[in-house]
Amino acid sequence: MNGDIILGARGLSKAYRQRSGRFGFGSSLVKALDDVSLEIARGTTLAVVGESGSGKSTLARCLLQLQPLDAGQVLFEGVDLAALDGARLRAARRHIQMVFQDPFASLNPRMKVGDIVGEGLLIHGMGDAEERRDRVLRMLRRVGLGAADMQKYPHEFSGGQRQRIGIARALVLEPRLVVCDEPVSALDVSIQAQILLLLKELQQEMGLSYLFISHDLRVVRHIADTVAVMYGGRVVEQGAAERIYLDPQQEYTRNLLNAIHRREH
Amino acid sequence: MNELLRVEGLRVAPASDPRRLLVNDVSFTLAPGRTTCIVGESGSGKSLTALAVMDLLPPALRRLSGRVLFQGSDLTAYSPAQMQDVRGKRIGMIFQEPMTSLNPVLNVGYQIGESLTAHLGLRGKALKVRVAALLEQMGIPAERATSYPDELSGGQRQRVMIAMSIACDPAMLIADEPTTALDVTVQAQILALLDELRRRMRMGMLFITHDFGVVADIADDVVVMFRGQIVESGPADEVLGQPRHPYTRALLDCVPDAGGEKPLKPIDYAWLNEAAS
Repeated sequence: MNGDIILGARGLSKAYRQRSGRFGFGSSLVKALDDVSLEIARGTTLAVVGESGSGKSTLARCLLQLQPLDAGQVLFEGVDLAALDGARLRAARRHIQMVFQDPFASLNPRMKVGDIVGEGLLIHGMGDAEERRDRVLRMLRRVGLGAADMQKYPHEFSGGQRQRIGIARALVLEPRLVVCDEPVSALDVSIQAQILLLLKELQQEMGLSYLFISHDLRVVRHIADTVAVMYGGRVVEQGAAERIYLDPQQEYTRNLLNAIHRREH
Repeated sequence: MNELLRVEGLRVAPASDPRRLLVNDVSFTLAPGRTTCIVGESGSGKSLTALAVMDLLPPALRRLSGRVLFQGSDLTAYSPAQMQDVRGKRIGMIFQEPMTSLNPVLNVGYQIGESLTAHLGLRGKALKVRVAALLEQMGIPAERATSYPDELSGGQRQRVMIAMSIACDPAMLIADEPTTALDVTVQAQILALLDELRRRMRMGMLFITHDFGVVADIADDVVVMFRGQIVESGPADEVLGQPRHPYTRALLDCVPDAGGEKPLKPIDYAWLNEAAS
């Protein structure tokens, strides 16, 4: 595999047994991922686009080995993540971090912001207390927060500020790949623009690669280098972002694009 | 008089701090069968304006002044019992979160039927027929009346909410961010449904949103709010085409466009403060 590929996935499949019927006594098999293959070049952004139920969030969880795959292989910097034992998988995870959709639900309400952002450093045994504090403070400043914010609790912040905290928590570990699962979907449009620009700046500064999951092709247009369109657990179309937007080959991609082109003004 | 709703000089503040105006001298009108969008960010006072119209402000807040003329009569002079009769019957409402607004232990047919019984006294067979017709009108098969909210998708739940809000054939619909929590494709479907209902039922629609993309889709008239005040209002084409206030321009500029030609521009609040002073 090419050395410039930070993450490669081949033939990923995952099926769930879903309860069905009024009391959930029955069950049926749902293919959440059906032979999905993709690659992310280092320093670039791959956007995975799809509607609810398309399998895009399952894909993120399987890539991070948070859920076992039924079939397929995930190579992070050429190493098969599924073949790593517990300790080495944990070490590799430091280099792959996540930013979640809901900044309200993904921050522990009982922890101070300084501790939330510093927790990963503690878990991975990085630096002593003073160094950790320094790194947390530098990261918070970089995302637009200050020293005084370290002593505050998540509820004292607005939605956009909470997402900044979520980004600081992920990036303080200096990861190489960041999986962003709908990072701006819960935010006001005006705040979306701030967060997208922040993510782009940080990508440049820190040489990050992004897997960016979204249902909104408007948002994806501003951040993606390559795009994979998912539907029903399959990647129906993938390629350079420019090509997908200007010359979509699949009916489904065209429908998604039509939904946003009505919005032009 | 070609006015469905006229809001005049509305002011809202916390009861504990009446000088901190959250809604400051807000006035606008809505014509029958038309859509007025109130656009603004979180904290702009757009939702409080809608809640004040319905007399549904949270207990800690007070309407200090202002008139709410609906079909010519001032709702601020109504008793709580009279307002109860207005809400759900003459004015329908939909909110952002269909999952938290629906009762999880009652089937959706029952929930749609509740207001028909309360306001119009419908029961038994007549009620069942009306509920089935409403579901069909929303594009949901009538047999889903016996389904529970968790058995429906987000888009279907919002369709159920819409069915509840228009069940009694209201003259006006207040929709507070009804599509924000939904996928873009589902958003487009829900907006199209609301627009069709507005036309067919000749309802006036007061639509609250933070997204100028949505405004472009459905608004006849636009009211832009910033920090409790209206900074600009007018016909949608004018406000979208030639925005006059710097805040309106800033809010338009931060909407991502699918063409990708327009760079993303977050709002520069420091600059706005300077421009305002």
